[in-house]
Amino acid sequence: MAEKKLIYGNHAMVEGVISAGCRFFAGYPITPQNEIPELMSIRMNEEDGVFLQTESEIAAINMLFGAAAAGKRAMTSSSSPGISLMQEGISYIAGSDIPVLIVNIVRGGPGLGNIAPAQSDYFQSTRGGGHGDYYTITLAPNSVQELYEFPKTGFELAEKYRNPVLILADGLLGQMMEPVEFNFEPVDPKSLPEPEWALSGCKGRERRVVRSYDLRPGKLEEWNWRRYEKYQKVIAQEQRYEENYCDNADLIMVAYGTCARVSEATVKIAREKGYKIGLFRPITLWPFPQKKMTELAKKTKHFLVIEMSLGQMIEDVKLYTECRSQIHFHGRPGGGVPTPIEILNKIETILGGKK
Amino acid sequence: MKMIFGRPAGLTDTKQRYCPGCGHGIVHRLIAELMIELDIRERTVGIAPVGCSVFADEYFNCDMIQPPHGRGPAVSTGIKRARPECIVFSYQGDGDLAAIGTAETVHAAARNENITLIFINNAIYGMTGGQLAPTTLPGMRSTTSVKGRDIYKQGYPIKVCELIAGLDGPYYLERVAVHTPKDIIKTKKALKTAFQNQIKNNGFSLIEVLSMCPTGWGITPIDSKKWIVDKMIPYYPLGVFRDRSKEEK
Repeated sequence: MAEKKLIYGNHAMVEGVISAGCRFFAGYPITPQNEIPELMSIRMNEEDGVFLQTESEIAAINMLFGAAAAGKRAMTSSSSPGISLMQEGISYIAGSDIPVLIVNIVRGGPGLGNIAPAQSDYFQSTRGGGHGDYYTITLAPNSVQELYEFPKTGFELAEKYRNPVLILADGLLGQMMEPVEFNFEPVDPKSLPEPEWALSGCKGRERRVVRSYDLRPGKLEEWNWRRYEKYQKVIAQEQRYEENYCDNADLIMVAYGTCARVSEATVKIAREKGYKIGLFRPITLWPFPQKKMTELAKKTKHFLVIEMSLGQMIEDVKLYTECRSQIHFHGRPGGGVPTPIEILNKIETILGGKK
Repeated sequence: MKMIFGRPAGLTDTKQRYCPGCGHGIVHRLIAELMIELDIRERTVGIAPVGCSVFADEYFNCDMIQPPHGRGPAVSTGIKRARPECIVFSYQGDGDLAAIGTAETVHAAARNENITLIFINNAIYGMTGGQLAPTTLPGMRSTTSVKGRDIYKQGYPIKVCELIAGLDGPYYLERVAVHTPKDIIKTKKALKTAFQNQIKNNGFSLIEVLSMCPTGWGITPIDSKKWIVDKMIPYYPLGVFRDRSKEEK
């Protein structure tokens, strides 16, 4: 059996990154993710990797751009305001088809906001975020175990599609302690092949160019349509989700990350009270698990979307339930975290005592 | 017939789009010659800026990357740290290096990052049509300072070598020009020193090149050379601002 340890979410993330064979980290301090760079500075040193504390998030994302364009697995972590600063770089990286991993430990916003857990960066994460036509594959872990596993998944998806991947979590998941099973063989960075587009010096081959611009008439349009085909492939192949009691439910809660954990507790309490409640948890926020959502909408009357925001994912739920069901919302913006009782009250209001 | 002068193998066989009298082509050629002379072309990664020389990624016959405006030093850092065996140079204009990318420049210098920055100072934004640059001289006209740079409203130019020389980190800083053959030879020597510093793992080198922009300045190529002598060099004196190889001796 694989080794099991009780550790913090942020520390699990660091071990997940190292085990994924990544040996390049660049980042700027910001709460609530500082445990990641702090431990990373020690671990990268032990693993003969690169750790760079940068002058800004702008510099950090561009260092990633360089390291990843050179063909190496590279990652950064930050929190909402820092991720906003990175958007220029993410747009260039997406426009250059370079794989990188970016972790956003979301905090309350807008502006400086606060340092409490939030989910208000959903739009930014799932609609590109920077300028131009592009998407970032977005993974939403809901446990310390997934914080450990998702960096490897993230790098694999990033490289498969040559696209930036975001891991969207929050301070609550990062600060939480849970047992983690180290359930995969660590990747030896030396075993990773040099990609056929990597910048490494043109010895024995044609020179390579990494860029996001093309001024020739019609060429950029061609590039963007090619990228559209890639996005369609991601949408077709990579929708991930988890469902609990969704068959024959009168109401299905839709929640990701921390809200999904709270909703799990709610399912238990509500079922004990006799309510037929289910939980649908998107794991990929982009691509949104739209096929399953549409399927569930055909047989479910009520959906209750629970988010730590003013309501962002609810737009996707509305879109993919295709007006078949009634969509309700329970939100806690600005750093609030919903409780199971709060959600249960909402469910009772919707179902009006119908069990 | 024996060919005695041709395109260096460090340049691609591409027609360059620079204006007549522009300094970029000269500096490109010097870098290209040095890549061959130092036998580093096949392990070099170059960074093209945003600005007229964005097309450098088409012109240099080596691996190239085109990052966001001003972020060359950060992208260079990423490549160099990920692949220390590569020789990494970032080619940047004054808007790129001394306005939008000031932070990245200063911090790469402070870290003594083992990279080579080549900074083309022509005191104007060329690509966007001649706007005020961080290096536009006091009183100098641009499309956003039509009566001349007003130091009370638009402040003073940034002297990059002097600014960076205030840091302990950087290994080598020199300002040169390309308005005469003699200065071009000096520029090549400075660039060679910068690349050799990187080959020897000495650290950060920045070569600032005073360069002509007749189109942006609204004068002829011949007058542009004179303008470098009369206006630019008095404000931006040529010379070595830091050479730690001498300090270490």
